Amino acid sequence: MAEGLATTHEHAAHPGLQHHFENMEQQREAGTLGMWVFLVTEIMFFGGMFLAYTLYRYAYPEAFAAASNHLDIKLGATNTVVLIFSSFTMAMAVFSTQVGKRRNAVIFLVLTMVLGATFLVIKAIEYHDKYVSNLIPGTWVPGHPFSPNVHELHLPPEVSVRNIEMFYWIYFAMTGMHALHMIIGLGILTVILILTIRERFSPEYHSPVEVSGLYWHFVDIVWIFLFPLLYLLGRHMEGHMG
Amino acid sequence: MQEIATPKPPRVNYLNAEYGLKSWLLTKDHKRIALLYLGAISFFFFIGSLYAMAIRLELLTPQGDLMQSSTYNKTFTQHGIIMVFFFLIPSIPATLGNFLIPMMIGAKDLAFPRINLLSWYIYMLGGIITIYALLAGGVDTGWTFYVPYSTTFSNSYVIATGVGIFINGFSSILTGLNFIVTVHTMRAPGMTWFRLPLFVWSHYATALIMILGTPVIAITILLVAFERIAHIGIFDPAIGGDPVLFQHLFWFYSHPAVYIMVLPAMGVVSELIANFSRKNVFGYKFVAFSSLAIAVFGFLVWGHHMFVASQSVYAGMIFSFLSFAVAIPSAIKVFNWTATLYKGSISYDTPMLYGLGFIGLFTIGGLTGMFLASIATDVHLSDTYFIVAHFHYIMVGGALLAYLGGLHYWWPKISGRMYPEGWGRFSALVVFVGFNLTFSPQFVLGYMGMPRRYHTYPADLVSWQVLHVLSTAGASILGVGLMIPLIYLLWSMRYGRIADANPWGLPGLEWQTSSPPPTENFLTTPVVTTDAYEFASPEHKSVVGRFERQTPVEI
Repeated sequence: MAEGLATTHEHAAHPGLQHHFENMEQQREAGTLGMWVFLVTEIMFFGGMFLAYTLYRYAYPEAFAAASNHLDIKLGATNTVVLIFSSFTMAMAVFSTQVGKRRNAVIFLVLTMVLGATFLVIKAIEYHDKYVSNLIPGTWVPGHPFSPNVHELHLPPEVSVRNIEMFYWIYFAMTGMHALHMIIGLGILTVILILTIRERFSPEYHSPVEVSGLYWHFVDIVWIFLFPLLYLLGRHMEGHMG
Repeated sequence: MQEIATPKPPRVNYLNAEYGLKSWLLTKDHKRIALLYLGAISFFFFIGSLYAMAIRLELLTPQGDLMQSSTYNKTFTQHGIIMVFFFLIPSIPATLGNFLIPMMIGAKDLAFPRINLLSWYIYMLGGIITIYALLAGGVDTGWTFYVPYSTTFSNSYVIATGVGIFINGFSSILTGLNFIVTVHTMRAPGMTWFRLPLFVWSHYATALIMILGTPVIAITILLVAFERIAHIGIFDPAIGGDPVLFQHLFWFYSHPAVYIMVLPAMGVVSELIANFSRKNVFGYKFVAFSSLAIAVFGFLVWGHHMFVASQSVYAGMIFSFLSFAVAIPSAIKVFNWTATLYKGSISYDTPMLYGLGFIGLFTIGGLTGMFLASIATDVHLSDTYFIVAHFHYIMVGGALLAYLGGLHYWWPKISGRMYPEGWGRFSALVVFVGFNLTFSPQFVLGYMGMPRRYHTYPADLVSWQVLHVLSTAGASILGVGLMIPLIYLLWSMRYGRIADANPWGLPGLEWQTSSPPPTENFLTTPVVTTDAYEFASPEHKSVVGRFERQTPVEI
């Protein structure tokens, strides 16, 4: 074996240090890099659906614009504000943990979770509206086959209603997958909140909070892309198509 | 067997540190997890091989006298799914990679041991769901799941299989994530990037493909499953969907997946060639960066699977050009291995036989790939046995041979015992002969027009049957060749000669710790002061062999 001993554990090891790491710095670096790599996989995961969206929006611009205009922009915009604000509270929770203000961290974590839950409630209201207006694609929802009110949609005569169905399929796939990530995020934050209350984190050891924050910001950013793509694009064309 | 009588020094290693089923199923030791994977992968390989034998038996005669076409469809589909998703993709990374990467970089474990164990459980869950789908009635879409057949028309267990593969994908993602973070953050003092063994470089490149490609197949398979459930979806032409989009998404992962299979194999072969020639790898940096180049180019060539799938001819030309471009980094590796052999002190131990076999067969597989990357010839060869032969040269001749070579090479480290060298060489030869006899006739068959995925062929074409009989005979020999190592490796775990810490006499870090290694790999964290393959240069031959080889004892 190569001679020489790498100096390790010159201080008493921190209780949060796992046995296979040399020191806290290495452990923190690994955790953070791990989450960034994971977020790359998430981008690729959503990427497949963004590709489908791009392709079909290019193929059926009028149908997508018409269907997009039919989404509830007020609820969508509210949700955007809610999520951006939740990113702020999350960042504050991380900051509070870093500087050792546990009470503030708890408050900000709870705020973040309340905002996340608010988002999901508003999303559920939107989904319910679509359910009532028969805008869920396909015929598999009992009693509510896809049958949009064509007059409300202001469809140009040459545009197929079936392409509207494609828009809604993508809408539900993308926002549904996003909502699932929000729910997972709330689960992660619940764990972080409990650990924070139990005083598990300190200015020396806080990487789980940071890493969870990264995940939360990522989920918010996905929505920042979804909102304009699904709700806003084509809105200016409404006048032409009325 | 006087070897058994030799008392083993009473020493705690990763195998005897704890006993009992629980100590294995809850282990966070990367070496034990590698062995869990080894067992599971061998099981799936066995299942996949049974399907292969059924295919070869059916094709022995022109008539469909063993199965009906629907059964045959399921047989080749399940052969493909099991072999690709449950054997080839995890094979080298999850076993050898898992076992060796921490040791090669001087770390105690991978960065995330719990995630590593989780990845094995995810793999098992995906595998069990897939096995359930096979037992429940099987799946007949081909391993490629092309829509609209898979979403609308197939009456087989597409959703269950899809869910199995979807879940299994996460084990691949987590393995890749773990490797990337480990290589970045866990290297021992002095282990710079350019001192990393090439095995680590190629696994790093593989891990990049795993994390970038696998999520795309995950969402694609998920969308297919949704489409089957809801009878409507993004690939459905009824609402303006494009079935070819599925092919784009599928091959965006599944072509790079070929490099998930072959890059780790190249990593193994780089080790074998350097160490059994006792020379530093020729052009270390070129070999290292060619792995990354293959990973990058690999993502840009998926369209060559779609030359006959209504893809724009201009896109086809670009994909054709880029496919040729992948040959460059691949050739860099082959030429550099060859240059490494030049004036090397070559020994023909079992691992080296597999390594040399890899170079030859991978070259044939790669060169026949050029026929398929050329649009004009591909139109003729598409969906024929030429393609089947081509990718089996890469996957079996390449990945499987390297896997076997690596398994033999590191077997003393893994098990603490030597395998029987004579049997090893013999079986390597049998595998080589059997493999070539199986797949080289298929090039000819494909050229003559035998389509893949058919269970019958015209009885009046005698030459076709002759070639099929040769291929089936070869498959039987290959099967025997694969059974021999299975038997003697299991045998050697108990009765093999005790291995030294460094039986091959090599400078790599993994050989500087005991065999089998202690749970934390090294008693003290090593400090690295030399390059990966520090054999003396030809001018200083007197120093060659500063690492003594273990004297072979015939059993």
